[in-house]
Amino acid sequence: MREIHCDQITAAVAKLCVEANYFLGADVVQALEGALKRENSPVGREILKQLIENADIARAEQVPLCQDTGFTVVLVELGQDVRIVGGSLVDAINEGVRQGYQEGFLRYSIVGDPLLRKNTGDNTPACIHVEVLPGEVFKLTVMAKGAGCENMSALKMLKPSDGIEGVKGFVMKVIKEGGGNPCPPIIVGVGIGGTFELAAYLSKKALLRRPLGSHHPEPTVASLEEELLRAINESGLGPMGLGGRTTALAVHLETYSCHIASLPVAVNIDCHSHRFKQIWL
Amino acid sequence: MDAEAIRLTTPLTDEDVSRLRMGDRVLLDGILYGARDAAHKRLVELIEKGGKLPFDLAGQVIYYVGPTPPKPGQVIGSAGPTTATRMDKYAPVLMAKGLKGTIGKGGPRSKEMREAMMVYRSIYFLTTGGASALIARHFRRSEVVAYADLGPEALFRFEVEDFPAIVVNDIYGGDLFEEGIRRYAR
Ligand code: SF4
Repeated sequence: MREIHCDQITAAVAKLCVEANYFLGADVVQALEGALKRENSPVGREILKQLIENADIARAEQVPLCQDTGFTVVLVELGQDVRIVGGSLVDAINEGVRQGYQEGFLRYSIVGDPLLRKNTGDNTPACIHVEVLPGEVFKLTVMAKGAGCENMSALKMLKPSDGIEGVKGFVMKVIKEGGGNPCPPIIVGVGIGGTFELAAYLSKKALLRRPLGSHHPEPTVASLEEELLRAINESGLGPMGLGGRTTALAVHLETYSCHIASLPVAVNIDCHSHRFKQIWL
Repeated sequence: MDAEAIRLTTPLTDEDVSRLRMGDRVLLDGILYGARDAAHKRLVELIEKGGKLPFDLAGQVIYYVGPTPPKPGQVIGSAGPTTATRMDKYAPVLMAKGLKGTIGKGGPRSKEMREAMMVYRSIYFLTTGGASALIARHFRRSEVVAYADLGPEALFRFEVEDFPAIVVNDIYGGDLFEEGIRRYAR
């Protein structure tokens, strides 16, 4: 049995919160540069150039890419032969968020009660997911999830008879209704199948695929990813929704078995400020 | 593209806004007020109760922003725009008191808001969402004017230089969101 101390987890989470917010992934920067080559709207090109420059400034000056430093989503991939010592896993993660957001000069964007809406003053609590795996692995993924794009996400319980066409139609509807609000160019995570809550979770996990724009191993799913990406970019929304060819940088799909009577589809949108970092302890 | 940008100094006059057309790139100098949802709610409640506002709205421009805390030595932290449509409910009340422009990201703005922009001659400018470290470089001063208890949602007063923005809604009914899709959809 492998032991991992809570202090190690806290320190790792704190570091990842800051790094996710300062350093845009090389795959995202590359996708923005590729989009700039293809974009033919002058306003769209100007916006893409600004985003590339912004990533440079944030990296060089070690400042947040975006002022919405997000809801902190933490995914723990926990080997069943790992024992957490020195306290509670949940507390250790929240303490990491507290430290990271304070030390990194990140914005506190969380209200304690969704209806009373008073800021918690330290960006906690995090949204924590734990997946139990075989062995002694311990992997942390920390995502800073902006609200502008999260708010444009949606889920629908389709009928099995709606089929692939129904899935495509729903994804396109969500993107079009989002317009410029999720700060295009966006990254689209789609969860298909499972139950109501599993579809939503899969759509979030789809966003975490690396490198950006790589395809699902299943060829039918991969071709659906390509088809959706093309359709989204032909919508004309473009950077910030002001017109152009670059609406999405990537579409990632994740699927799961589902009930004979249902076809859940969840669309989780992330913005170009696609911020997450991972570490294996 | 810099050569084509129109330079404007705030507060804006009726003449300034009448020159602007959707798609124009502008560089703003002068004062911007910073406010998000919670500060808007308070301003509008104050107007409805007939109270005195913390600043005169005539000709002013409100930037929808809730910046990150500044690091030591910085004027402001990262300071990109937030989604403008959340302020659609409040903005027309402020425009009736003289507000000449709003800056944010996202849209299209609501039908009521678009109509109000034509009636009150007020512009919606977009600045690039998430280009927040870059935008922060255009700030010369930043101070909280009111509602400090709201933290990042307080009412701010900024001094900016060459603040980059694009005219999305002009006072003639032009809307760059509609126009952009019309031009680029395939
Ligand atoms: S949607 Fe993303 S880029 Fe836009 S303001 Fe929110 S976090 Fe920043």
